Amino acid sequence: MMRWLAAILLILTTLPLRAEEVVLGLSRNSISIDTTFDGSEILLFGAIKREEAIPADELGVVVAIAGPSQPLDVRRKERRFGIWVNVDAVEVDAAPSFYAVATSGPWEDVLSQVEDLRHKISIPRAIRSVGAPGSVRDAQRFTDAVIRIRERSGAYQMREGAVELMQQTLFQTSVNLPANLTEGDYVTRIFLTRNGQIVSQYETIIDVRKVGLERWLHVMSREQSVLYGLMSLVIAISAGWGASVLFRVLRQA
Amino acid sequence: MQIYLPIAEVSVNAFLLLGLGGLVGVLSGMFGVGGGFLMTPLLFFIGIPPAVAVATGANQIVASSISAVLAHFRRRSVDLRMGTVLLIGGLVGAGFGVMLFNYLKAMGQVDLLVTLFYVVFLGIIGGLMFFESLRAIRRTRRGGPVRPRKKHTWIQKLPLKMRFRTSGLYISVIPPVLVGMSVGVLAAIMGVGGGFIMVPAMIYLLGMPTKVVVGTSLFQIIFVAAFTTMLHAVSSQIVDVVLALLLMVGGVLGAQIGTQIGARMKAEQLRILLAILVLAVCFKLALDLLLQPGEVFSISAVVRP
Repeated sequence: MMRWLAAILLILTTLPLRAEEVVLGLSRNSISIDTTFDGSEILLFGAIKREEAIPADELGVVVAIAGPSQPLDVRRKERRFGIWVNVDAVEVDAAPSFYAVATSGPWEDVLSQVEDLRHKISIPRAIRSVGAPGSVRDAQRFTDAVIRIRERSGAYQMREGAVELMQQTLFQTSVNLPANLTEGDYVTRIFLTRNGQIVSQYETIIDVRKVGLERWLHVMSREQSVLYGLMSLVIAISAGWGASVLFRVLRQA
Repeated sequence: MQIYLPIAEVSVNAFLLLGLGGLVGVLSGMFGVGGGFLMTPLLFFIGIPPAVAVATGANQIVASSISAVLAHFRRRSVDLRMGTVLLIGGLVGAGFGVMLFNYLKAMGQVDLLVTLFYVVFLGIIGGLMFFESLRAIRRTRRGGPVRPRKKHTWIQKLPLKMRFRTSGLYISVIPPVLVGMSVGVLAAIMGVGGGFIMVPAMIYLLGMPTKVVVGTSLFQIIFVAAFTTMLHAVSSQIVDVVLALLLMVGGVLGAQIGTQIGARMKAEQLRILLAILVLAVCFKLALDLLLQPGEVFSISAVVRP
């Protein structure tokens, strides 16, 4: 009996269970934020490697890019005594600063609900919220608000059908990264699905970093904050004084 | 031309910032206000995080105030002695204000309280100033004699008298210290330099001439704003020096232009314009409270100590 089990296990691990696999290329795997940074576009292209005939099931590709997560306070306003005031707040434990999903077809067709739950791919699933206080009954509306506000600003993108699939073998898509990008590791995941079930996945990281002057100022403000503050004041004082001198010279001329 | 700001972590148009700085600088030079009450909401509007906007605004105010105060020094319209007395009161008041602010924060709803405070206070000051200057303008139009503003007699009786030559006053130091302190408390709670509360207080409570008030107010704003900048830079690291620099370039030039405009205007015209400005800010804040916001939810990063 045990020998049989061991044999099955061996087969499971050695045989390529995944008959299809993703091979991915990125137009760039790191983004440098310098002074002139004004958003960026990343081109993802890939191929599906397989060693057998193309299965008859419907093929789908889902691409998800997530920026670094941070906790958020979400507040709701309500009218009290004629004026609008914040009445309750929910803390969202982790919401990515940026999140983009692109699919090769309609959402319901390319990914089943179960797979979405397991891998947390759609935007609502990517936001983690557990700590709603007991006084708040409809905590879901707070998470919805985060999605709504961030979708409006372009930080969250849901683009169905944006992945171009050719001959069931090649795919490509592009993702626009907005100008107000936060530093960090942008986890990029590619899922290959058949009939809504994930058959293969691939994960890589796009490195987003400040460089040059941006990096120097950021580090200085954190590590030598007194010096940084004094530097800001010296700049302010000399700017004010300089303008005054300049104007006096101009008026005398 | 887009520029990425290292601390604010957003990319904005550099010319927009230059213009914004210039606009606030003109007001600063004309009226002796720092302009923080105007700069912060405007920066917020173009997408700068509110905390960064407040802290960086303070840094920019240092520059434009220095630029404007130097122009006033040349015109001898800065009462250094009065400015110093007000400043001492102001720093003590700011200390109290920070304590009060933390106490209110512990009770919650501090934002609402600040806004309500603002609306009531600005409404009263702006309204009073508007009607007073309107009367003054009417009087001068009719050609009648300009009646000197009433001076409180009990103020004359207080001890510790001091001569403020530039302002032409011989009064006790107690009222200026008290005015400085109360403005300091308000400034700390509301998170602004308090110039546009200080200016009417100097005109109406201390009876200083309008022309001297502007320069003197600017003089003390420099120190308050510098203090605030350091506090923000050290405690929360939210001063964006690139943003500040862009605002400054516009601001210092605007401040020079502002003082030129201010010097060519009559005192009561200057007062009525400031009154309108104060009332406009008051009106805008009141609208925010009364009208239903487009989005009732708001998100902000959790600040973990």
